[in-house]
Parts: sequence; structure tokens; C-alpha cells
Amino acid sequence: MTDVTNLEERFQARIDAEQKIEPKDWMPEKYRKTLVRQISQHAHSEVVGMLPEGNWITRAPSLRRKAILLAKVQDEAGHGLYLYSACETLGVTREKTIDDLLSGKAKYSSIFNYPTLTWADIGAVGWLVDGAAIMNQVMLCRTSYGPYARAMVRICKEESFHQRQGYEIMSVLAKGTPEQKEMAQDALNRWWWPSLMMFGPSDANSPNSADSMKWKIKRQSNDELRQIFIDRTVQQAEVIGLTIPDPELKWNEATKHYDWGAIDWTEFNNVVAGNGPCNKERLAARNKAHDEGAWVREAALAYAAKKAKKQAA
Amino acid sequence: MSAENSNNWPLWEVFIQSKRGLEHKHVGSLHAADAQMAIENARDVYTRRQEGNSIWVVPAGAISSSQPDDAAMLFDPADDKTYRHPTFYVMPEGAKYI
Repeated sequence: MTDVTNLEERFQARIDAEQKIEPKDWMPEKYRKTLVRQISQHAHSEVVGMLPEGNWITRAPSLRRKAILLAKVQDEAGHGLYLYSACETLGVTREKTIDDLLSGKAKYSSIFNYPTLTWADIGAVGWLVDGAAIMNQVMLCRTSYGPYARAMVRICKEESFHQRQGYEIMSVLAKGTPEQKEMAQDALNRWWWPSLMMFGPSDANSPNSADSMKWKIKRQSNDELRQIFIDRTVQQAEVIGLTIPDPELKWNEATKHYDWGAIDWTEFNNVVAGNGPCNKERLAARNKAHDEGAWVREAALAYAAKKAKKQAA
Repeated sequence: MSAENSNNWPLWEVFIQSKRGLEHKHVGSLHAADAQMAIENARDVYTRRQEGNSIWVVPAGAISSSQPDDAAMLFDPADDKTYRHPTFYVMPEGAKYI
């Protein structure tokens, strides 16, 4: 029974039977590695994702919007934590995972390498970026690895307000002055294509997808999720009178889906390779926060040690 | 946690996962001489009717708890933050899947 082929067969049979894999189960090394990569990237995305939105907290146009944005950014921090914890169940330390982000070795979602130039960008991020993330995360609530699935259920529940607050911002701006509507349209123009890229390369060029589908880490392909996102978002844009910046976008009566134009994958690959508008700024901000927080971590440990000594005495 | 000086078995808190994929839930506690015995006893006491798929035992002394008197201070501040819920937001008429 210790034969690896045998173990792999049992592992796959468990997955085929829709049973979750738990931390103490035997798992193929590649399954573990794929999960470590995916969950840590996901965690890093939550954490780096706080930066473009945090940019507007002090400049939110009302107290209501400010409280909402604070609550949202606070949620993202929590979501990062749930995911880092899920990652630790796979035998990697928190320190190592964070170090990989800070050194630039680990990736995070490319979308966060774009700048938030106007207040409308906060609307677009909530509506489109969180909207796209939710498509993916709803699928991941049913992922085969137990701790990851449980983290995603919690995240999805908490995240349900994120997209709505963004769409509300957009709908209010679109109903406002011509300048406000123009600002909303400009934000949509800039965030639309990067949001579509969030689903990852098209299925034909997605090297890790076959294993991930076989292991039920993923259950829908990048292109399937992207299509559902487009179909839903086009209707939402119409309702608030904004135009999707894609001249080839057209309803296809035969497929019952929208046809749409080509994604500029050169841009995507460039941003992934580190050459997006804000890659350096984001990594520098994370490193600065980590370095400047060093004394807090040290002080907390010193205080805990002092208390323990007192208690022992 | 100073059970070493006594002849009493220490107390263990027991968490049971009823099915793969679900979280481990606290079900109660028991006394046992060590962790292994605690798991064996938990199996006998808490999983006689197919309740179990996995057992965690934790020394009761290792659990830190918030104080009941602090509950208002800790949890009331969430009461007036209704914007953390999706129903707080006004969606335009006709918008779907949001």
C-alpha cells in the first residue's frame, strides 16, 4: 500500500468521489506545490490589493464612502491572513511565504500593478476587479483542498459587499454631472481589459490548467469564467449607461453569449514580467511597510518574554 | 497545566470533524494521561454514532479565552457598521447578478 502509484490512485479516487483532501492526507508532491503556489499568490494579491484602494482612503468624497472603503481594505487584510494560514497547512512557513513576496520571487495578481488615478477607479476596482475575483472565488469554494475551500467560503461571504459598493459608486457617478459620468467611463475604459486578463491566459496557453482540473483545484477553465463575467458585466454597464470599451463586443444569438475583441496578451505578459505601471511601487511599498514594522514585531516579542518571566517569578 | 505534580489526568478539549471538508468543531472535553489516550478516549466517547472523520485534542490549559465581561467592548462596535453587509447598498433598477 506504500507504492506511490497505488497512493496516487487512491488520491485521485478520493477526488473523483468529491471528497476533500485534508492536510494529513497523502498527496502528490505536484498537487502540494501547485496549491502552495496558487494559495500564496492569492494571499499576496489580497495584501498587495490593499495598496491601490488604500490610496483613496484619505480622499474619499464623503464620510460614508470613507468608512466603506476602510471596511473593504480591512477585509482584504483579513482575507490575506485566511489564505496565508491555509498555505501553512501545506508545510510552508509564513516567513518563507512573505519573504518570497518581498523579494519579488512570488507573483500576485497583475491587476494591482495598475494605478488608481481618480475616485471613479475605486468604483471600477470594486465592480470589475472584485467582480472578476468573485467569479474565481465562488468556484474555489468547491476546490478539492479542505483548508483552501473553507477559507474561500468565509472570504466569499465577507466579500459580497465589495462588488456592490463599487457598482454603487459607478452608478452614482454615471447619474451625476457630465464630468462625473465621464470620469466613470474613463475608469471603465482603463480597467476593463486588465480585469479580463485577471482570469489568466486563454485555455490553449494555460500550462497548469490540465492538472488543476484533474485534481479539482479548479472546476471551470479561465475562458469559461471570463465569458460568464463578460456576459454579466455588459448588462450591468448598460443599466447604468456606461459603454464597454470593446468595439467588437456583440451579442451572439446562436451561442447565447457575447462575442468580444482580442485581449492584448503582450501587455499581460509585460505586467507579469514586472514591467507594469506600478510593479516597482507596489513591491517597494510592501518592503517599506515590512521594514518599518520590524520594531513592532520585536517589541511584541520582548513584551511577551517579559510577561512570561514575571509570571514564572 | 501543572498536572505533573498531581496524580490526576489532565483535561483535553476535543474537536471533531464530522466529514472531510468541514471544519473541526468543539464537542466537549475529557481527561486522559496523554494526547494519544485523549484521541482514543475521544473516539470512544464522541464518535459512537458515525460523528467522526478526524479528531483533534488540545490541552485545556493551552486555550486562552476572552472574558465574558469584555463581550460588549469587543463585539458591540460591529453593530453600527451595517456597510459591511451587501444589503446596505442601493443597486440600480434592473441590474442582474450583483
